[in-house]
Amino acid sequence: MNGESVVFWVSGAFAVAGALGMVVSKKAVHSALWVAFAMINIAVLYFALEAPFLGTTQIVVYTGAVMMLFLFVLMIVGVDSSDSLLETIKGQRLLASLFALTFGGVIVASISSTLASPSSGLAFANAGYGGHMQGIANLVFGTYLFAFEVLSALLITAALGAMVLAHNERWTPRKTQDQMQRERTLSNHVTPLPAPGVLARNNSVDTPALLPDGTTSIESLPNAFRGEGQVSKANSIEEAGK
Amino acid sequence: MIHAQAQGDLDIFGNDPAAVIAVKVLGIFVIMVLMTLLTIWAERRVVGRMQMRIGPNRVGPFGLLQSLMDGIKLALKEEIIPKGAHLAVYIIAPVIAATTAFLTFAVIPLGPQVSIFGTVTPLQLTDFPVSVLYILAIASVGIYGIVLAGWSSGSIYPLLGGLRSSAQMISYEIAMGLSFVAVFLYAESMSTSQIVAAQEPMWYIVLLLPSFIIYTTAMVGETNRAPFDLPEAEGELVGGFHTEYSSLKFALFFLAEYVNMVTVSALATTLFLGGWRAPWPISLWDQANVGWWPMLWFFGKVFAFIFVFIWLRGTLPRLRYDQFMKFGWKVLIPVSIAWILIVAVARYLRSSGGLEARNLLFAASAVLVVVVLISYALDLRRKKSDEIEEQRIALEAEKEFDPFAGGFPVPPMPGQVAQQSRRVKTTISSGVSAPLTASETTEGTNV
Repeated sequence: MNGESVVFWVSGAFAVAGALGMVVSKKAVHSALWVAFAMINIAVLYFALEAPFLGTTQIVVYTGAVMMLFLFVLMIVGVDSSDSLLETIKGQRLLASLFALTFGGVIVASISSTLASPSSGLAFANAGYGGHMQGIANLVFGTYLFAFEVLSALLITAALGAMVLAHNERWTPRKTQDQMQRERTLSNHVTPLPAPGVLARNNSVDTPALLPDGTTSIESLPNAFRGEGQVSKANSIEEAGK
Repeated sequence: MIHAQAQGDLDIFGNDPAAVIAVKVLGIFVIMVLMTLLTIWAERRVVGRMQMRIGPNRVGPFGLLQSLMDGIKLALKEEIIPKGAHLAVYIIAPVIAATTAFLTFAVIPLGPQVSIFGTVTPLQLTDFPVSVLYILAIASVGIYGIVLAGWSSGSIYPLLGGLRSSAQMISYEIAMGLSFVAVFLYAESMSTSQIVAAQEPMWYIVLLLPSFIIYTTAMVGETNRAPFDLPEAEGELVGGFHTEYSSLKFALFFLAEYVNMVTVSALATTLFLGGWRAPWPISLWDQANVGWWPMLWFFGKVFAFIFVFIWLRGTLPRLRYDQFMKFGWKVLIPVSIAWILIVAVARYLRSSGGLEARNLLFAASAVLVVVVLISYALDLRRKKSDEIEEQRIALEAEKEFDPFAGGFPVPPMPGQVAQQSRRVKTTISSGVSAPLTASETTEGTNV
């Protein structure tokens, strides 16, 4: 067994384990991590096959950009959200497994058909270009330039579309830091507003702060709690104790 | 022809006997740990001097052993794992951060070929045609350490710190990657040793100054150092992503941060400051770029960058988050794309023999001046139209806002101010606040 096959069996097993882990884990974040793990192992396989450019691109694009974006969204949406195992679309699982099997069959068939004919090898593919990198560059920016440009146009359109969807027209001009500073200085509160709650008695947000002169401050409360009957009394707990 | 020659250069890598590889790996590890200790010491001493203090000076000569003692103390401290932590991820996160920090140094050339145990070998663990891309890939994996630390702590401040840092590092990684492109175009290679070799006649800091400036800005953002240390902003996030970490796990994050600092400095040295090549007055000595001497020049340059890092921390206040992101996306990235365009056109014209290089530089600077002037004129015009818009809004504001104009509830027009909700208004007018509560209190005590 030479070094390459050792790498193949180790990394290949890890990649498959990562893919299985992704399907099996209940937490979305764990699934994302398993995919990242599988991607890194696939990159290692590319390295072993003397395709370092493909390997690094695999890590930069999939692990670094795509999965990181997934993680980012998951973390914003919910820290602990886990998948519900309930089937929401009728017959989804059956159809999905059917399609998956068909897809797997197509992949196996196409790969085995290429294995039947003898491979021409890396040296043949790189011949005439002077190396792996130059070969890829010649293919992307030569033979397949049009497809490459079309794809980039598609991506730019998608990015523009996302920007249009997320765009929000401002009603009023944005306040500058200078303006906010001015407003704060001219208002009655140069310092931050007092925090709600009375230390050691009740630190809930509906309890107004006690000022040094013994009065309470309505300004310490969030706007939503300033209504009648919503302000709890600062000393109510003390009263209850008596 | 250049390609063929460049390919030949890389053949010197990957032929070392196992013992030499082991020595190199161990050497890199030891150097990085020592650099970390030294950098922490230097940071405390230099920042101390900048703040009119002395800094640590008790343990060892000049306080040099202070960071070693701090490290030992940190490792021996009690370890606290929060109840809500996702244990497996919580443990893996600092390991990812620390290991990826060390991995990058494998492709940094520390010197030319030397003889170790009778084997002639380059002072570099390995190199391959895309080693700079490899550094980017490792850096992007390193972000996982920080993001996962924030998520797995099961606490809100670390989560915010992790989110901030992932957004920041992804954004600045783009600018960083773009700043490499000009270097690739000039060196006609992505391998670090070949980039150093290509800088023999002229360092790229001279040829590609804009790229250098963009890279140095991005590298400060990438390492979460002041003034871009928003992920660990003490005033806002307690400690950022590592708030819930203690003892050895925290030490790993600390180590990773300083190793990363050394790594990005080393990369800046490699890409723009001629790598291990001696600076001008020394380079006149014909032994300057031979044998083990280059390692000294290399680490001298790296320490110059580290000093700048410390200097920035001692001088600049932290940026506001929105300003920081705006700077990354709206200034650094467009500027580097425009610069790449100029460099690419210049390279093409030169290689096709169209124009002299010097004329091209003049033409490029002329184009730049014109672009700057046009953008200035546009800004002036926009300001004027902004003033008109402001006047219009001021006029609108004079009209009183009718929340039920036309019989339907409507939002205020630009410039108009919505009235406060009725609930709030009644509260203030009836004066629930001070007097009422006070009187009720007295009633309570009477009963």
